[in-house]
Formats: sequence, C-alpha cells, structure tokens
Amino acid sequence: MKKSLGNIIIYIVLIFVSITMLVPFAWMFLTAFKTTAETMQIDPFVIVPKVWQTQNFGNVIKAMDFVRLYANTLSMVALRILFAILTATLSGYAFARLEFKGKNFMFALVLLQMMIPVQLFIIPQYVMVSKLHMTNSVFGLVFPGIVTAFGTFLLRQAYMQLPRDLEEAARLDGCNIPQTFLYVMSPLTKSAMVALGIFTAVFAYKDLMWPMIVCPDNRATTLASALAKMNGQYQQKYPELMMAALISCVPMIVIYIIFQKQFIEGIATSGGKL
Amino acid sequence: MKKKVTSRQRSEFIWGWLFILPTMLGLIVLNLYPMVDTIKQSFYKTGDFGKGNVFVGLKNYQKVFGDSEVWQCLWNTVKYAIVEVPLSLVIALLLAVLLNKKLKGRDAFRTIFFLPMVVAPAAIAMVWKWLYNSNFGLINNVFHIKVNWISDPNIAIYSIAAIGIWSVIGYNMVLFLAGLQEVPRDYYEAASLDGANGWQQLINITVPLISPTIFFVLVTRIIGAMQVFDLIYMMIDLNNPAWKKTESLVFLFYKYSFEQSKKGYGATVIVVLLVLILILTIFQLIGQKKWVHYE
Repeated sequence: MKKSLGNIIIYIVLIFVSITMLVPFAWMFLTAFKTTAETMQIDPFVIVPKVWQTQNFGNVIKAMDFVRLYANTLSMVALRILFAILTATLSGYAFARLEFKGKNFMFALVLLQMMIPVQLFIIPQYVMVSKLHMTNSVFGLVFPGIVTAFGTFLLRQAYMQLPRDLEEAARLDGCNIPQTFLYVMSPLTKSAMVALGIFTAVFAYKDLMWPMIVCPDNRATTLASALAKMNGQYQQKYPELMMAALISCVPMIVIYIIFQKQFIEGIATSGGKL
Repeated sequence: MKKKVTSRQRSEFIWGWLFILPTMLGLIVLNLYPMVDTIKQSFYKTGDFGKGNVFVGLKNYQKVFGDSEVWQCLWNTVKYAIVEVPLSLVIALLLAVLLNKKLKGRDAFRTIFFLPMVVAPAAIAMVWKWLYNSNFGLINNVFHIKVNWISDPNIAIYSIAAIGIWSVIGYNMVLFLAGLQEVPRDYYEAASLDGANGWQQLINITVPLISPTIFFVLVTRIIGAMQVFDLIYMMIDLNNPAWKKTESLVFLFYKYSFEQSKKGYGATVIVVLLVLILILTIFQLIGQKKWVHYE
C-alpha cells in the first residue's frame, strides 16, 4: 500500500514536470496555425485555432527563404561533423597511444583551449574571415569548427579505454602505425565518433552569436540567426514567429526522437560543454 | 651514453606528429592566436576608419572598472547565475533520483525532460517571450494574473533565468543519471533495513556518492551561466524598460565588439569575464575538498 502511494506521488511529479516541458512546444504549435486576430483576443482566450491557418506555413517559408536557411545550416553542420571527426580521431589516437617528444606540451595546449570561453576567440576569428572576404559564406559558418579541442579530448578518452593487447597483436601481424589506427583501433571507437558527431551538430545548430556576426545576410545565415532577425522584424505577429520557430525546430526534434538513445548517451558522454 | 632510437620510436614520433598536425595547426590559428590577440586588443583603442589601433595601456581596464554599465551587466549576470545554477541542479538531481527507479515510462520521461536541449535557444526564447506576453500570453491568461514578466525591470532577469532552468534541467538530469548508475544498489538496501527514509538516503548516500558528478555539473553550469547571451538577446529589445537590468556581460561584449565596432573595449570586457570565470573555478576547485568524495 505504502509503496503504491509513493509511486503515485512520483508519477504526479513526473507528469507535472512533463507538462511544464511540453506546454511551450504545444503553444508554439497551436499559435503557428492561428490568425493574428486570434492571438490578440483574450475574452474568450483562444487555445485551439478555430480554422487551422495552414497557409501560415507557406507564407513564412517564402518570407524568410527557409529552404535556403536549411541548406546553409545543414551544410555547416555536415562539414563541421566531417572535420571534427577526421581531425579528432587522428589527434585523439596519437595523444592516447603514441609516444613522441612534445606530446605532453601539445596536449596541455588542447586542454587550455577547452577551458577558455569561446567569446575570447570570436573577434580575431571574425577579422580573419573578413580579411579572406568570406563573410556570408558556408566557409565562414564552418570556420571556427574546423578543429576541435574538445573532440580531441573525447576521442583520446575513447582510445585510452581500448586494450593494449589489440595493438600489440596488430603490430606482430605486421601492421604499421597508420594501418593499426585505420583497421584495428578506429573501428572500435565508433560510439565516441557518433557522440562527437551529435555534439557537434547540436552545438552548431544552436549557436547564435557566430552566424549573426559572420553571416549577417539573410540568404547566407543559419536558422538560429534568421530567427533572431525575424524576432526583431515581426514584433507582434506571433503566428508568423511561432511558425518560424516551429519550422526551425521540428526536424531536429524528429531526429532526436528517432535517435534519442544515441543523443542522450552521446551528450552525456561528451558532458558539460553545451 | 646515447640511447639508441629504435625504428619503432622513430616511426611513433613521425606518425604522432603527423596525426596531431591538423588539430594543432587549427587550434593555433583558430584559438591560440585569437586568444592572445584578444588579450592584446584589450590594451588598444580601436581606430576609426582607416586609422590604426592606438595603444592605450591599462586605460580600457580603468574604464571598465569605472563603467557603471559594466558593473550593472556583471550584477545582472550574477543574478541570472545565482538563480539558474542552484535551482537547475536541485531539480535535476531530484528528477534523476526519481527516474533512477524501475518505473514504467522511464525512458519517455527522460526523453521529454531532455527535449529543450535539442532546440535552438533562439526558438525557445521566441516561444517563451510569447508565453510571457503581458496582455495575450498564455501564462497571464491561464492564471488570470497581470505580471510584466519581461518588461518589469525588477523581475525580468529572473523570468529569463526560469527559461534557463527549463532548458537545462533535462541535460543536468542525464548527467546525474549517469552518475547514479555507478552507485551500488545494496547501499540503499542496507540503509532501508536501518530505517532510513528516502530523504535521508538522498542526503546521506546519494549526494556524497555522486558528489564528483555534482561538482562537475556545478562547475560547467556556472561557466555556462556566466556566459548567458542567446536568451537575453532574444527576449529583450532596445525599447524594453528592463533592458538595463537584464543585459549580460557577454551581451555587452557583443554590443561593443560587433554593433559599435569598439573591439578594443569589447575585448577588455571579455578578458574581465575570463578572469572572473577562472577565479570562480579556482575557488570551486579549492572548495571541493570539503564536500566532494572521490573513491
């Protein structure tokens, strides 16, 4: 009896928190299909739109060219994942498993960048991109994410956990270092690579300040930065604003729900950096 | 006596450097040089069009410490952090403890709580701005109240901190859940036999045993909260009366560096934030000895 009462209380708490988490999303969804007049009416207060204004979707996509924004955001995310995994697996392996002069000093440099707030890099990064005349380009968006100190650290941890015997066996079989890395060791760190990929994608997609600075042009920027622009321009037009927010987050939510286990574990293992 | 370098050692040296080369080159160009350059710029006044930067020594720093706007932004940032960090930690810890049991729907709850983590803060801020709307917002109309959540200078920063909490509890909870998995079940069984109730178990077993995780989340959350920008930038526009009472240090940095092109002064503001974060982290590293138990 006592146990079931305790369980009921636990469920009440969990359901209450779930509602708190979900209501903002529900409200975004409902508002996205209302008329502006419905959002400005309080007596009676409109919860569900009387007629679902599906044309809001087309209007907003056209107004902000969301196809373009998605292409920009996806290109940035894909390239950042590619670069991050490529550079971090190589350096992570070297830091974990190879002995060479200067290694400890170089690794100290990696750790140092991990602890520095990113804003400290932004001004010179921006100056570099603008000197290359690459503002308002995908290159500009990708630029700060070409290498990753954090990814290097994450992959190093993954390689350190692999048993030494594997490497010895590969060596006795005549594998040289790149072969051992490529065929024996790196296939075993797939889950760390997935974690790094997810972390990189979520971080890049959420980032606001860098795309605002480096790609101020509406046609060159990312979803997040375009939302910031709309937020300033549309002021009281809440159906349009909510539709824009909805369009920019639904695909991410769908991917998250499909791959939730990888997402949550990936972010839990990459801990603390978001 | 010279040590003989084996061919294995030589090849580890060559491949080791080749493997780290892309990363190290990138970090030097993209992070290390920018860091040094930002610190250098904080000693310069940004030149007007066509003119070079002028070395001003410590003048920017003198100006920062005498600048009431900087102090106000620092205070706003601290207020945000003081609300966001402890509350998000406590709520997340309690939820993690509840979800650490065998419960039906455990995964569904976890998925829901974590949801805000995969949504851009820009979108989250837009939704909450609408929820908080004084006249037509859901919150005021459902509870029949009339609160100016984000335009009352006295409460705006706390309303924004509430969004910060809402956004991050799922994330903190997942980190705590990972920590809780390491706690042996029989500790709790033994405690139950001794008559310890749930609350006593939480304080005497759970918290000490996952204190390294709590410490880690605390340190990273404080660093994150001190850098709050997105939510405030999205929520507060220039004609909002709460503007001055919500602007954060990173916001100020952004304003000076990119809206007003005073990069030198912007750099000074961000260097001050860096030093502040370092000091806070060092204090926590010292303080942890009192309460964090490593195995």
